[in-house]
Amino acid sequence: MAKITPLREAVASLVHDGDTVALEGFTHLIPHAAGHEIIRQGRRELTLVRMTPDLIYDQMIGMGCAAKLIFSWGGNPGVGSLHRFRDAVEQGWPQRLAVEEHSHAGMANAYVAGASNLPFALLRGYTGSDLPKVNPNIRFVECPFTGEKLAAIPSVLPDVTVIHAQKADRRGNVLIWGILGVQKEAVLAAKRSIVTVEEIVDDLEAPPNACVLPTWAVSAVCPVPGGAYPSYAQGYSERDNRFYKAWDPIARSRETFLAWMQRHVLDTDDFAGFRRVLAESMKETA
Amino acid sequence: MPAGTNAETLDFTATEIMTVAASRLLKDGTVCFVGIGLPSTAANLARLTHAPDVVLIYESGPIGAKPTVLPLSIGDGDLALTADTVVGTPEIFRYWLQGGRIDVGFLGAAQVDRFANINTTIIGPYDAPKVRLPGAGGAPEIASQAKEVFIVLKQSPKAFVAKLPFVTSAGYLDGGDARARAGIPGAGPTAVITDLGILTPDPVTKELTLTSIHPGVTVEQVKAATGWDLKIAPDLKTTEIPDAGALAALRDLQARTAAAHGQVGGEG
Repeated sequence: MAKITPLREAVASLVHDGDTVALEGFTHLIPHAAGHEIIRQGRRELTLVRMTPDLIYDQMIGMGCAAKLIFSWGGNPGVGSLHRFRDAVEQGWPQRLAVEEHSHAGMANAYVAGASNLPFALLRGYTGSDLPKVNPNIRFVECPFTGEKLAAIPSVLPDVTVIHAQKADRRGNVLIWGILGVQKEAVLAAKRSIVTVEEIVDDLEAPPNACVLPTWAVSAVCPVPGGAYPSYAQGYSERDNRFYKAWDPIARSRETFLAWMQRHVLDTDDFAGFRRVLAESMKETA
Repeated sequence: MPAGTNAETLDFTATEIMTVAASRLLKDGTVCFVGIGLPSTAANLARLTHAPDVVLIYESGPIGAKPTVLPLSIGDGDLALTADTVVGTPEIFRYWLQGGRIDVGFLGAAQVDRFANINTTIIGPYDAPKVRLPGAGGAPEIASQAKEVFIVLKQSPKAFVAKLPFVTSAGYLDGGDARARAGIPGAGPTAVITDLGILTPDPVTKELTLTSIHPGVTVEQVKAATGWDLKIAPDLKTTEIPDAGALAALRDLQARTAAAHGQVGGEG
């Protein structure tokens, strides 16, 4: 049974230094609030996993939470580079970041393999790409029936997966809809999981075949309305494209980045506090 | 944008003719796996003009998306709300792409070489990159498994390079039959559409050849924007100018997008 608990307590008890952590979300439902809480609690030496690392991983990398990143596309969608990610890879600031990179097909299959309790994922992939030359975790095996060469990569097996979802019921069953990404697979591949939700309701009113994570497959459910911001939760909020654009100049220099993180994340108690301070600072720059 | 000045006197920009030319290649009824940015703009323009029954699939999960404005990101809510169905990302890559159901993969690129191989990973050495680019995304498998691939990007010596620092996604590898010998199922890039012209692979050597040049652009300009000695087709055509309907539809789409996102979308 999932424990319905404040986010601070879920992160304190379920995310440990050195863990492999996947905060998943494919543009939609990105668990920003949980990422901020991991930064506030000063987690270190994490291996971060995500298909599409964007602003929250830029923040976690820039604040020194991560030793390694496993990913397939790292950018600020529609805007450009992740400057903190680039600084870590290009200059080793604030520390050297080991990188293991894949294609989306590889990562998606690796999550499925993890959820399926298989040691590796099998796909037609990476043919002709230089990625296998720089990533020793991309190998090729022969089909035992036809002899065809197929790509094999290790399953993604996070210690903790963190996602955001629309709602949970009072027992902790979780309903997700809209763009699902690999959220379900990421939760089922992990030893432990945290789901932040927009709201807790009496009845999910989920039709058959809806994407529901049963309460007994989730460790903690934490009510954090708007917890995906500046990403969005379909039916609850819109993606704040202005913030994605505003992030670019903030993240360009180490000084502006650190000052922003201090004011908005380290000096605030929780995500509601972050949203209040952000509203003030957006007004100042408007 | 070397062509800008000349093209603007013809009442459309170099980016507009690139987008319209790219959209024209997409036939009605095609099942198209769409990359974000320029490919998404061109694919949606095709859907709004000559190809109303084109099926647009985005890697985030929407199948048959009919967005009202251009998505800023690959997972905008509008894509999900207007789609025929939304599936998980593993299913997109496993059933729909690897399953062989994609006619055209429509991709952008940071860099291409003469055999239409794509780099979106790094500039400089991999272990000490000068520039760290976003990485592969869905492109390696789209480039290999779609039945054919269109690539759209602006042409410059930095983008059209003789030797890629990194091959993220395969075009024709070393040319000739190298792609087929590597066991790659799809036919590969059949057109590279730029702001200066259209390049297509030589039928035998697979080397990209300028086969269509946009009006107002000179062959010298295209050669100067290419990092290798670009071959020019003996029967070089002039790209048809964008018709008024397509231009109006493109401008309307971009104005709606700007109003929705507070900027011109689809350029990222």
